[in-house]
Amino acid sequence: MQNYEERKCMQLKKIYLDNAATTQVDERVLEEMQRVFLENYGNASSLHSFGQNALEEMEKSREKIARILGAKPKEIYFTSGGTESNNAAIKGIMNLNEKNKLIVSSIEHPSIIKTAEYLKEKGKKVFFAQVNEKGIIKIDELEKQIDSNTSLISVMHSNNEIGSIQPIKEIAEMCETKKVLFHSDIVQSTAKIKIDLNKLNLNLASVSGHKFYGPKGVGLLFVKEGTKIEPLIHGGGQEKKIRSGTENIPGIVGLAKALELTEENREQEMNRQEKLRDKLIKGLNEIKKSKLNGHETKRLANNVNFSFFGVEGEALITLLDFEGIQASTGSACSSKNLKISHVLEAIGLDHIWAHGSLRLSLGKNNTEKEIDYTLEKIPLVVEKLRKMSSVKI
Amino acid sequence: MYSKKVMEEFKNPKNIGKIEDPDAVGEVGNPICGDMMKVYLKIKDNKIIDVKVETFGCVSAIATSSKATEMVKGKTLEDAMKLTEKEVADELDGLPPIKFHCSVLAVKGIKKAIENYREKQKK
Ligand SMILES: Cc1ncc(COP(=O)(O)O)c(C=O)c1O
Ligand code: FES
Repeated sequence: MQNYEERKCMQLKKIYLDNAATTQVDERVLEEMQRVFLENYGNASSLHSFGQNALEEMEKSREKIARILGAKPKEIYFTSGGTESNNAAIKGIMNLNEKNKLIVSSIEHPSIIKTAEYLKEKGKKVFFAQVNEKGIIKIDELEKQIDSNTSLISVMHSNNEIGSIQPIKEIAEMCETKKVLFHSDIVQSTAKIKIDLNKLNLNLASVSGHKFYGPKGVGLLFVKEGTKIEPLIHGGGQEKKIRSGTENIPGIVGLAKALELTEENREQEMNRQEKLRDKLIKGLNEIKKSKLNGHETKRLANNVNFSFFGVEGEALITLLDFEGIQASTGSACSSKNLKISHVLEAIGLDHIWAHGSLRLSLGKNNTEKEIDYTLEKIPLVVEKLRKMSSVKI
Repeated sequence: MYSKKVMEEFKNPKNIGKIEDPDAVGEVGNPICGDMMKVYLKIKDNKIIDVKVETFGCVSAIATSSKATEMVKGKTLEDAMKLTEKEVADELDGLPPIKFHCSVLAVKGIKKAIENYREKQKK
Protein backbone atom coordinates (compact mmCIF):
# COMPACT_ATOMS: atom_id res chain seq x y z
CA MET A 1 0.00 0.00 0.00
CA GLN A 2 1.21 3.50 -0.78
CA ASN A 3 1.55 5.87 2.07
CA TYR A 4 -0.40 9.07 2.36
CA GLU A 5 2.30 11.30 0.89
CA GLU A 6 2.71 9.11 -2.17
CA ARG A 7 -1.01 9.07 -2.75
CA LYS A 8 -1.19 12.81 -2.43
CA CYS A 9 1.61 13.25 -4.97
CA MET A 10 -0.09 10.92 -7.39
CA GLN A 11 -3.25 12.97 -7.19
CA LEU A 12 -1.46 16.24 -7.69
CA LYS A 13 -1.59 15.70 -11.41
CA LYS A 14 -5.34 16.00 -11.12
CA ILE A 15 -7.01 19.26 -10.25
CA TYR A 16 -9.87 18.65 -7.90
CA LEU A 17 -12.45 21.41 -8.17
CA ASP A 18 -15.42 19.56 -6.74
CA ASN A 19 -15.01 20.30 -3.05
CA ALA A 20 -18.73 21.02 -2.68
CA ALA A 21 -19.37 17.36 -3.51
CA THR A 22 -16.82 16.11 -1.04
CA THR A 23 -13.28 16.76 0.15
CA GLN A 24 -10.11 14.81 0.73
CA VAL A 25 -9.76 13.81 4.36
CA ASP A 26 -7.04 15.82 6.10
CA GLU A 27 -4.08 13.68 7.03
CA ARG A 28 -4.27 14.78 10.67
CA VAL A 29 -7.93 13.78 10.79
CA LEU A 30 -7.05 10.38 9.43
CA GLU A 31 -4.35 9.94 12.06
CA GLU A 32 -6.77 10.70 14.86
CA MET A 33 -9.33 8.33 13.42
CA GLN A 34 -6.79 5.58 13.00
CA ARG A 35 -5.79 5.95 16.62
CA VAL A 36 -9.41 5.58 17.73
CA PHE A 37 -10.07 2.66 15.37
CA LEU A 38 -7.07 0.74 16.67
CA GLU A 39 -6.65 1.82 20.25
CA ASN A 40 -9.95 3.07 21.47
CA TYR A 41 -12.41 0.81 19.80
CA GLY A 42 -14.82 0.18 22.65
CA ASN A 43 -18.58 0.60 22.48
CA ALA A 44 -19.53 3.75 24.34
CA SER A 45 -22.45 1.92 25.95
CA SER A 46 -20.16 -0.70 27.57
CA LEU A 47 -19.45 -0.34 31.27
CA HIS A 48 -15.86 -1.62 31.17
CA SER A 49 -12.92 0.70 30.75
CA PHE A 50 -12.72 0.26 26.97
CA GLY A 51 -16.29 1.41 26.74
CA GLN A 52 -15.80 4.27 29.13
CA ASN A 53 -12.70 5.46 27.30
CA ALA A 54 -14.63 5.47 24.07
CA LEU A 55 -17.43 7.39 25.72
CA GLU A 56 -14.97 9.94 26.99
CA GLU A 57 -13.44 10.30 23.55
CA MET A 58 -16.88 10.95 22.07
CA GLU A 59 -17.87 13.47 24.73
CA LYS A 60 -14.62 15.36 24.26
CA SER A 61 -15.40 15.62 20.57
CA ARG A 62 -18.92 16.77 21.32
CA GLU A 63 -17.59 19.52 23.56
CA LYS A 64 -15.05 20.63 20.99
CA ILE A 65 -17.69 20.84 18.27
CA ALA A 66 -20.18 22.62 20.51
CA ARG A 67 -17.58 25.22 21.44
CA ILE A 68 -16.68 25.94 17.82
CA LEU A 69 -20.29 26.10 16.62
CA GLY A 70 -21.55 28.15 19.55
CA ALA A 71 -23.79 25.45 20.99
CA LYS A 72 -24.09 23.46 24.20
CA PRO A 73 -22.67 19.92 24.08
CA LYS A 74 -26.07 18.49 24.91
CA GLU A 75 -27.53 20.19 21.84
CA ILE A 76 -25.32 18.12 19.50
CA TYR A 77 -26.62 14.76 18.24
CA PHE A 78 -24.34 12.69 16.05
CA THR A 79 -25.75 11.17 12.86
CA SER A 80 -24.57 9.47 9.70
CA GLY A 81 -24.30 12.73 7.78
CA GLY A 82 -26.18 15.60 6.23
CA THR A 83 -28.88 13.51 4.64
CA GLU A 84 -29.80 11.82 7.89
CA SER A 85 -29.66 15.06 9.85
CA ASN A 86 -32.01 16.73 7.38
CA ASN A 87 -34.41 13.78 7.46
CA ALA A 88 -34.25 13.62 11.25
CA ALA A 89 -34.95 17.34 11.60
CA ILE A 90 -37.87 17.58 9.21
CA LYS A 91 -39.55 14.29 10.04
CA GLY A 92 -38.69 14.66 13.71
CA ILE A 93 -40.65 17.89 13.98
CA MET A 94 -43.46 17.10 11.54
CA ASN A 95 -44.05 13.69 13.13
CA LEU A 96 -44.87 15.39 16.42
CA ASN A 97 -48.15 16.15 14.66
CA GLU A 98 -48.60 19.39 16.49
CA LYS A 99 -49.12 21.63 13.52
CA ASN A 100 -49.52 20.50 9.94
CA LYS A 101 -47.63 22.89 7.69
CA LEU A 102 -44.02 22.76 6.55
CA ILE A 103 -42.28 25.46 4.52
CA VAL A 104 -38.98 24.75 2.76
CA SER A 105 -37.10 26.73 0.14
CA SER A 106 -37.23 25.52 -3.44
CA ILE A 107 -33.43 25.27 -3.64
CA GLU A 108 -32.86 22.89 -0.72
CA HIS A 109 -30.69 19.82 -1.05
CA PRO A 110 -32.64 16.73 -2.24
CA SER A 111 -32.52 15.34 1.30
CA ILE A 112 -34.92 18.15 2.27
CA ILE A 113 -36.90 18.45 -0.98
CA LYS A 114 -37.60 14.73 -1.17
CA THR A 115 -38.45 14.54 2.52
CA ALA A 116 -40.90 17.42 2.08
CA GLU A 117 -42.47 15.74 -0.95
CA TYR A 118 -42.79 12.52 1.04
CA LEU A 119 -44.51 14.28 3.91
CA LYS A 120 -46.84 15.98 1.43
CA GLU A 121 -47.84 12.58 0.14
CA LYS A 122 -48.51 11.54 3.71
CA GLY A 123 -50.95 14.41 4.15
CA LYS A 124 -48.86 17.30 5.47
CA LYS A 125 -49.27 20.72 3.98
CA VAL A 126 -46.03 21.69 2.28
CA PHE A 127 -45.04 24.96 0.67
CA PHE A 128 -41.91 25.44 -1.42
CA ALA A 129 -40.74 29.02 -1.02
CA GLN A 130 -39.38 30.67 -4.15
CA VAL A 131 -36.03 32.37 -4.62
CA ASN A 132 -35.15 35.30 -6.85
CA GLU A 133 -33.04 35.02 -10.01
CA LYS A 134 -29.85 35.22 -7.93
CA GLY A 135 -30.93 32.34 -5.74
CA ILE A 136 -31.83 34.33 -2.63
CA ILE A 137 -35.08 33.48 -0.88
CA LYS A 138 -37.98 35.90 -1.32
CA ILE A 139 -38.45 36.64 2.32
CA ASP A 140 -41.76 38.53 2.08
CA GLU A 141 -43.32 35.66 0.17
CA LEU A 142 -42.05 33.28 2.79
CA GLU A 143 -43.51 35.44 5.52
CA LYS A 144 -46.93 35.51 3.86
CA GLN A 145 -47.00 31.71 3.93
CA ILE A 146 -46.58 31.49 7.69
CA ASP A 147 -49.90 30.83 9.37
CA SER A 148 -51.09 29.51 12.72
CA ASN A 149 -50.86 25.99 11.35
CA THR A 150 -47.16 26.29 10.41
CA SER A 151 -44.88 24.07 12.39
CA LEU A 152 -41.47 24.34 10.75
CA ILE A 153 -39.52 26.35 8.22
CA SER A 154 -36.34 25.01 6.66
CA VAL A 155 -34.00 27.22 4.67
CA MET A 156 -30.40 26.30 3.96
CA HIS A 157 -27.60 28.58 5.09
CA SER A 158 -25.94 28.44 1.68
CA ASN A 159 -26.69 26.57 -1.48
CA ASN A 160 -24.52 23.69 -2.64
CA GLU A 161 -24.91 24.35 -6.37
CA ILE A 162 -24.84 28.11 -6.86
CA GLY A 163 -23.37 29.10 -3.50
CA SER A 164 -26.01 31.71 -2.67
CA ILE A 165 -26.02 32.67 1.01
CA GLN A 166 -29.45 33.06 2.55
CA PRO A 167 -30.61 35.72 5.05
CA ILE A 168 -30.75 33.21 7.89
CA LYS A 169 -30.70 35.75 10.69
CA GLU A 170 -33.72 37.59 9.34
CA ILE A 171 -35.64 34.38 8.81
CA ALA A 172 -34.77 33.20 12.31
CA GLU A 173 -36.03 36.45 13.80
CA MET A 174 -39.21 36.18 11.80
CA CYS A 175 -39.70 32.62 12.99
CA GLU A 176 -39.19 33.63 16.57
CA THR A 177 -41.78 36.39 16.38
CA LYS A 178 -44.24 34.08 14.69
CA LYS A 179 -43.51 31.18 17.03
CA VAL A 180 -42.49 28.82 14.27
CA LEU A 181 -39.57 26.39 14.49
CA PHE A 182 -36.65 27.02 12.19
CA HIS A 183 -34.21 24.50 10.73
CA SER A 184 -31.24 25.30 8.56
CA ASP A 185 -29.07 22.97 6.50
CA ILE A 186 -25.67 24.50 7.24
CA VAL A 187 -23.75 21.71 5.52
CA GLN A 188 -22.04 23.93 2.93
CA SER A 189 -21.42 26.87 5.26
CA THR A 190 -19.86 24.99 8.17
CA ALA A 191 -16.11 25.56 8.41
CA LYS A 192 -16.35 28.25 5.73
CA ILE A 193 -18.50 30.91 7.36
CA LYS A 194 -18.43 31.65 11.08
CA ILE A 195 -21.41 29.86 12.57
CA ASP A 196 -22.67 30.76 16.01
CA LEU A 197 -25.69 28.55 16.47
CA ASN A 198 -27.11 30.14 19.57
CA LYS A 199 -26.70 33.65 18.23
CA LEU A 200 -28.28 32.59 14.94
CA ASN A 201 -31.34 31.60 16.89
CA LEU A 202 -31.95 28.35 15.06
CA ASN A 203 -33.92 25.48 16.53
CA LEU A 204 -32.26 22.88 14.38
CA ALA A 205 -29.23 22.69 12.09
CA SER A 206 -27.59 19.96 10.00
CA VAL A 207 -23.86 19.42 9.50
CA SER A 208 -21.92 16.88 7.44
CA GLY A 209 -18.28 15.96 8.09
CA HIS A 210 -17.05 15.20 4.59
CA LYS A 211 -17.49 18.73 3.27
CA PHE A 212 -14.60 20.05 5.37
CA TYR A 213 -11.91 17.38 5.17
CA GLY A 214 -13.59 15.06 7.64
CA PRO A 215 -14.84 11.53 7.00
CA LYS A 216 -17.91 10.59 4.98
CA GLY A 217 -20.86 9.03 6.74
CA VAL A 218 -20.76 11.18 9.85
CA GLY A 219 -22.54 14.40 10.68
CA LEU A 220 -24.60 15.99 13.36
CA LEU A 221 -27.94 17.51 14.11
CA PHE A 222 -28.08 20.51 16.39
CA VAL A 223 -31.28 20.62 18.40
CA LYS A 224 -31.69 23.68 20.56
CA GLU A 225 -32.29 22.93 24.18
CA GLY A 226 -36.03 22.71 24.82
CA THR A 227 -36.95 21.87 21.21
CA LYS A 228 -39.01 18.70 21.19
CA ILE A 229 -38.29 16.19 18.43
CA GLU A 230 -39.32 12.64 17.51
CA PRO A 231 -36.48 10.22 16.79
CA LEU A 232 -35.99 9.07 13.21
CA ILE A 233 -34.11 5.92 14.20
CA HIS A 234 -35.33 3.74 17.07
CA GLY A 235 -33.25 1.20 18.92
CA GLY A 236 -30.81 1.08 21.81
CA GLY A 237 -31.50 4.63 22.88
CA GLN A 238 -28.13 6.23 22.17
CA GLU A 239 -27.88 10.00 21.84
CA LYS A 240 -30.55 10.52 24.50
CA LYS A 241 -32.95 8.30 22.56
CA ILE A 242 -32.95 10.75 19.66
CA ARG A 243 -30.61 8.68 17.49
CA SER A 244 -30.13 5.00 18.22
CA GLY A 245 -27.26 2.91 16.96
CA THR A 246 -23.73 2.25 18.20
CA GLU A 247 -21.92 5.55 17.87
CA ASN A 248 -19.39 5.93 15.07
CA ILE A 249 -16.67 7.14 17.40
CA PRO A 250 -13.77 7.18 14.92
CA GLY A 251 -16.01 9.21 12.62
CA ILE A 252 -17.12 11.52 15.40
CA VAL A 253 -13.52 12.11 16.48
CA GLY A 254 -12.62 12.76 12.84
CA LEU A 255 -15.49 15.22 12.49
CA ALA A 256 -14.39 17.13 15.58
CA LYS A 257 -10.76 17.16 14.48
CA ALA A 258 -11.67 18.35 10.99
CA LEU A 259 -13.77 21.18 12.39
CA GLU A 260 -11.03 22.15 14.81
CA LEU A 261 -8.42 22.22 12.07
CA THR A 262 -10.47 24.27 9.65
CA GLU A 263 -11.41 26.71 12.39
CA GLU A 264 -7.74 27.39 13.16
CA ASN A 265 -7.23 29.44 10.02
CA ARG A 266 -10.72 29.62 8.59
CA GLU A 267 -10.82 33.32 7.83
CA GLN A 268 -7.42 33.45 6.25
CA GLU A 269 -8.02 30.34 4.18
CA MET A 270 -11.44 31.44 3.01
CA ASN A 271 -10.02 34.81 1.99
CA ARG A 272 -7.45 32.95 -0.07
CA GLN A 273 -10.12 30.84 -1.71
CA GLU A 274 -12.27 33.89 -2.35
CA LYS A 275 -9.42 35.48 -4.30
CA LEU A 276 -9.08 32.34 -6.39
CA ARG A 277 -12.85 32.25 -6.86
CA ASP A 278 -12.87 35.84 -8.09
CA LYS A 279 -10.00 35.12 -10.42
CA LEU A 280 -11.98 32.25 -11.89
CA ILE A 281 -15.11 34.36 -12.26
CA LYS A 282 -13.18 37.18 -13.91
CA GLY A 283 -11.47 34.79 -16.30
CA LEU A 284 -14.60 32.88 -17.23
CA ASN A 285 -16.50 36.11 -17.80
CA GLU A 286 -14.25 36.69 -20.78
CA ILE A 287 -15.76 33.74 -22.58
CA LYS A 288 -18.42 34.96 -24.99
CA LYS A 289 -22.02 34.22 -24.06
CA SER A 290 -21.24 32.97 -20.60
CA LYS A 291 -22.72 34.01 -17.29
CA LEU A 292 -22.35 33.55 -13.57
CA ASN A 293 -25.20 31.78 -11.82
CA GLY A 294 -26.09 32.85 -8.30
CA HIS A 295 -25.34 36.04 -6.42
CA GLU A 296 -22.15 38.05 -7.02
CA THR A 297 -21.39 38.83 -3.38
CA LYS A 298 -23.79 36.81 -1.23
CA ARG A 299 -21.87 33.79 -2.29
CA LEU A 300 -19.76 31.03 -0.73
CA ALA A 301 -16.08 31.92 -1.02
CA ASN A 302 -15.35 28.62 -2.74
CA ASN A 303 -18.21 28.46 -5.25
CA VAL A 304 -18.17 29.27 -8.94
CA ASN A 305 -21.16 28.36 -11.08
CA PHE A 306 -21.05 29.40 -14.71
CA SER A 307 -23.17 28.72 -17.76
CA PHE A 308 -21.84 28.61 -21.30
CA PHE A 309 -24.48 29.00 -23.95
CA GLY A 310 -24.69 26.23 -26.54
CA VAL A 311 -22.66 23.55 -24.77
CA GLU A 312 -23.86 20.64 -22.68
CA GLY A 313 -22.52 20.15 -19.17
CA GLU A 314 -21.82 16.44 -19.12
CA ALA A 315 -19.75 16.68 -22.29
CA LEU A 316 -18.04 19.73 -20.79
CA ILE A 317 -17.01 18.06 -17.54
CA THR A 318 -15.89 14.95 -19.42
CA LEU A 319 -13.58 16.99 -21.65
CA LEU A 320 -12.31 18.83 -18.57
CA ASP A 321 -11.68 15.47 -16.93
CA PHE A 322 -9.52 14.55 -19.93
CA GLU A 323 -7.49 17.64 -19.06
CA GLY A 324 -7.25 16.54 -15.43
CA ILE A 325 -9.86 18.93 -14.09
CA GLN A 326 -12.61 17.52 -11.90
CA ALA A 327 -15.82 19.56 -11.85
CA SER A 328 -19.59 19.12 -11.88
CA THR A 329 -22.67 20.32 -13.75
CA GLY A 330 -26.40 20.84 -13.27
CA SER A 331 -27.23 19.76 -16.82
CA ALA A 332 -30.26 17.54 -17.39
CA CYS A 333 -28.13 14.99 -19.23
CA SER A 334 -25.96 14.39 -16.19
CA SER A 335 -28.78 13.82 -13.72
CA LYS A 336 -30.44 10.56 -12.82
CA ASN A 337 -33.86 11.76 -13.93
CA LEU A 338 -32.74 13.72 -17.03
CA LYS A 339 -34.18 16.90 -15.57
CA ILE A 340 -32.20 20.08 -15.10
CA SER A 341 -31.13 20.79 -11.57
CA HIS A 342 -34.05 22.06 -9.49
CA VAL A 343 -31.83 24.89 -8.28
CA LEU A 344 -31.10 26.18 -11.78
CA GLU A 345 -34.79 25.84 -12.54
CA ALA A 346 -35.69 27.76 -9.39
CA ILE A 347 -33.54 30.74 -10.44
CA GLY A 348 -35.36 30.73 -13.77
CA LEU A 349 -32.44 29.71 -15.94
CA ASP A 350 -33.79 28.60 -19.29
CA HIS A 351 -32.98 25.18 -20.57
CA ILE A 352 -30.13 25.99 -22.94
CA TRP A 353 -28.30 28.00 -20.29
CA ALA A 354 -28.96 25.41 -17.61
CA HIS A 355 -27.63 22.73 -19.94
CA GLY A 356 -24.29 24.48 -20.11
CA SER A 357 -23.75 24.90 -16.38
CA LEU A 358 -20.44 24.19 -14.72
CA ARG A 359 -19.74 24.19 -11.00
CA LEU A 360 -16.21 24.64 -9.74
CA SER A 361 -15.85 24.41 -5.97
CA LEU A 362 -12.56 25.24 -4.34
CA GLY A 363 -10.88 23.71 -1.33
CA LYS A 364 -7.82 24.18 0.82
CA ASN A 365 -5.62 22.09 -1.45
CA ASN A 366 -6.19 24.16 -4.59
CA THR A 367 -3.38 26.42 -5.68
CA GLU A 368 -3.27 29.52 -7.84
CA LYS A 369 -1.29 27.56 -10.42
CA GLU A 370 -4.17 25.12 -10.72
CA ILE A 371 -6.59 27.98 -11.22
CA ASP A 372 -4.41 29.45 -13.96
CA TYR A 373 -4.26 26.09 -15.69
CA THR A 374 -8.03 25.72 -15.37
CA LEU A 375 -8.55 29.16 -16.86
CA GLU A 376 -6.39 28.17 -19.78
CA LYS A 377 -8.30 24.97 -20.47
CA ILE A 378 -11.95 25.94 -20.00
CA PRO A 379 -12.14 28.41 -22.93
CA LEU A 380 -10.58 25.81 -25.23
CA VAL A 381 -12.97 23.10 -24.16
CA VAL A 382 -16.00 25.39 -24.45
CA GLU A 383 -14.83 26.44 -27.91
CA LYS A 384 -14.41 22.83 -28.98
CA LEU A 385 -17.94 21.92 -27.89
CA ARG A 386 -19.41 25.03 -29.44
CA LYS A 387 -17.89 24.05 -32.75
CA MET A 388 -19.67 20.71 -32.49
CA SER A 389 -22.94 22.16 -31.28
CA SER A 390 -26.10 22.66 -33.29
CA VAL A 391 -26.95 25.61 -31.05
CA LYS A 392 -24.95 28.54 -32.34
CA ILE A 393 -24.04 31.52 -30.22
CA MET B 1 -20.44 4.42 -16.56
CA TYR B 2 -19.64 4.59 -20.29
CA SER B 3 -17.89 1.85 -22.24
CA LYS B 4 -14.35 2.39 -23.48
CA LYS B 5 -15.66 2.62 -27.03
CA VAL B 6 -18.10 5.39 -26.14
CA MET B 7 -15.30 7.36 -24.53
CA GLU B 8 -13.02 6.81 -27.52
CA GLU B 9 -15.71 7.90 -29.93
CA PHE B 10 -16.41 10.97 -27.79
CA LYS B 11 -12.74 11.82 -27.65
CA ASN B 12 -12.32 11.61 -31.42
CA PRO B 13 -15.74 12.10 -32.93
CA LYS B 14 -16.10 11.70 -36.69
CA ASN B 15 -18.22 13.69 -39.13
CA ILE B 16 -18.72 16.58 -36.74
CA GLY B 17 -19.56 19.93 -38.25
CA LYS B 18 -21.68 21.16 -41.10
CA ILE B 19 -21.78 20.76 -44.88
CA GLU B 20 -21.97 24.12 -46.62
CA ASP B 21 -24.23 23.06 -49.53
CA PRO B 22 -26.07 20.00 -48.23
CA ASP B 23 -28.64 18.08 -50.27
CA ALA B 24 -30.66 17.54 -47.15
CA VAL B 25 -30.79 18.57 -43.51
CA GLY B 26 -32.52 16.88 -40.61
CA GLU B 27 -33.02 18.69 -37.36
CA VAL B 28 -34.29 16.88 -34.30
CA GLY B 29 -34.83 17.77 -30.68
CA ASN B 30 -34.93 15.46 -27.75
CA PRO B 31 -38.04 15.82 -25.63
CA ILE B 32 -36.47 13.83 -22.82
CA CYS B 33 -33.50 15.91 -21.79
CA GLY B 34 -33.76 18.79 -24.25
CA ASP B 35 -30.87 18.14 -26.59
CA MET B 36 -30.69 19.08 -30.24
CA MET B 37 -29.02 17.65 -33.29
CA LYS B 38 -28.66 18.69 -36.91
CA VAL B 39 -27.65 16.24 -39.63
CA TYR B 40 -26.38 17.34 -43.07
CA LEU B 41 -26.30 14.96 -46.04
CA LYS B 42 -24.64 15.00 -49.41
CA ILE B 43 -26.39 12.54 -51.69
CA LYS B 44 -25.40 11.21 -55.09
CA ASP B 45 -26.97 8.37 -57.08
CA ASN B 46 -29.16 7.47 -54.14
CA LYS B 47 -26.11 7.11 -51.90
CA ILE B 48 -24.93 9.11 -48.91
CA ILE B 49 -21.57 10.35 -50.06
CA ASP B 50 -21.01 12.70 -47.17
CA VAL B 51 -22.60 13.29 -43.82
CA LYS B 52 -21.94 15.75 -41.02
CA VAL B 53 -23.63 16.32 -37.73
CA GLU B 54 -23.83 19.07 -35.13
CA THR B 55 -24.83 18.01 -31.66
CA PHE B 56 -25.86 19.96 -28.61
CA GLY B 57 -25.85 17.10 -26.18
CA CYS B 58 -24.06 14.81 -23.80
CA VAL B 59 -21.13 12.44 -24.21
CA SER B 60 -23.46 9.72 -25.37
CA ALA B 61 -25.21 12.01 -27.84
CA ILE B 62 -21.91 13.06 -29.38
CA ALA B 63 -20.55 9.52 -29.49
CA THR B 64 -23.70 8.12 -31.07
CA SER B 65 -23.89 11.00 -33.58
CA SER B 66 -20.39 10.12 -34.63
CA LYS B 67 -20.98 6.38 -34.79
CA ALA B 68 -24.36 6.56 -36.51
CA THR B 69 -23.09 8.90 -39.22
CA GLU B 70 -20.11 6.64 -39.78
CA MET B 71 -22.43 3.70 -40.16
CA VAL B 72 -24.53 5.32 -42.89
CA LYS B 73 -21.74 6.96 -44.85
CA GLY B 74 -21.52 5.34 -48.29
CA LYS B 75 -24.80 3.52 -47.83
CA THR B 76 -27.85 3.74 -50.08
CA LEU B 77 -30.77 5.69 -48.69
CA GLU B 78 -32.78 2.49 -48.31
CA ASP B 79 -30.04 0.85 -46.27
CA ALA B 80 -29.52 3.95 -44.18
CA MET B 81 -33.23 4.01 -43.36
CA LYS B 82 -32.84 0.54 -41.89
CA LEU B 83 -30.30 1.64 -39.28
CA THR B 84 -31.53 1.06 -35.73
CA GLU B 85 -30.60 2.63 -32.40
CA LYS B 86 -29.66 -0.77 -31.13
CA GLU B 87 -27.13 -1.31 -33.91
CA VAL B 88 -25.49 2.00 -33.06
CA ALA B 89 -25.44 1.24 -29.35
CA ASP B 90 -24.06 -2.25 -29.99
CA GLU B 91 -21.22 -0.83 -32.08
CA LEU B 92 -20.26 1.19 -29.01
CA ASP B 93 -20.43 -1.83 -26.69
CA GLY B 94 -23.74 -0.63 -25.34
CA LEU B 95 -24.98 2.47 -23.57
CA PRO B 96 -26.14 2.97 -20.01
CA PRO B 97 -29.95 2.41 -20.05
CA ILE B 98 -30.65 6.02 -19.13
CA LYS B 99 -28.59 7.13 -22.14
CA PHE B 100 -30.25 5.00 -24.77
CA HIS B 101 -32.48 7.87 -25.87
CA CYS B 102 -29.40 9.76 -27.09
CA SER B 103 -28.80 7.10 -29.73
CA VAL B 104 -32.44 7.37 -30.74
CA LEU B 105 -31.82 11.04 -31.45
CA ALA B 106 -28.85 10.33 -33.71
CA VAL B 107 -30.72 7.78 -35.79
CA LYS B 108 -33.80 9.97 -35.97
CA GLY B 109 -31.72 12.89 -37.22
CA ILE B 110 -30.33 10.86 -40.10
CA LYS B 111 -33.73 9.48 -41.04
CA LYS B 112 -35.31 12.88 -40.88
CA ALA B 113 -32.67 14.24 -43.25
CA ILE B 114 -33.37 11.41 -45.69
CA GLU B 115 -37.10 11.99 -45.46
CA ASN B 116 -36.59 15.68 -46.11
CA TYR B 117 -34.50 14.78 -49.14
CA ARG B 118 -37.20 12.51 -50.50
CA GLU B 119 -39.84 15.17 -49.94
CA LYS B 120 -37.71 17.63 -51.84
CA GLN B 121 -37.20 15.16 -54.70
CA LYS B 122 -40.96 14.66 -55.04
CA LYS B 123 -41.51 18.34 -55.69
C1 LIG C 1 -26.44 21.38 1.28
C2 LIG C 1 -26.26 19.92 1.51
N1 LIG C 1 -27.08 19.28 2.37
C3 LIG C 1 -26.95 17.97 2.62
C4 LIG C 1 -25.99 17.20 2.00
C5 LIG C 1 -25.92 15.74 2.29
O1 LIG C 1 -24.89 15.41 3.15
P1 LIG C 1 -24.36 13.90 3.22
O2 LIG C 1 -23.61 13.67 1.96
O3 LIG C 1 -23.48 13.89 4.42
O4 LIG C 1 -25.53 13.01 3.37
C6 LIG C 1 -25.11 17.84 1.09
C7 LIG C 1 -24.05 17.11 0.37
O5 LIG C 1 -24.18 16.12 -0.27
C8 LIG C 1 -25.26 19.21 0.85
O6 LIG C 1 -24.47 19.85 -0.02
S1 FES D 1 -28.23 14.11 -24.94
FE1 FES D 1 -29.10 14.48 -22.99
S2 FES D 1 -28.73 12.65 -21.99
FE2 FES D 1 -27.71 12.38 -23.85
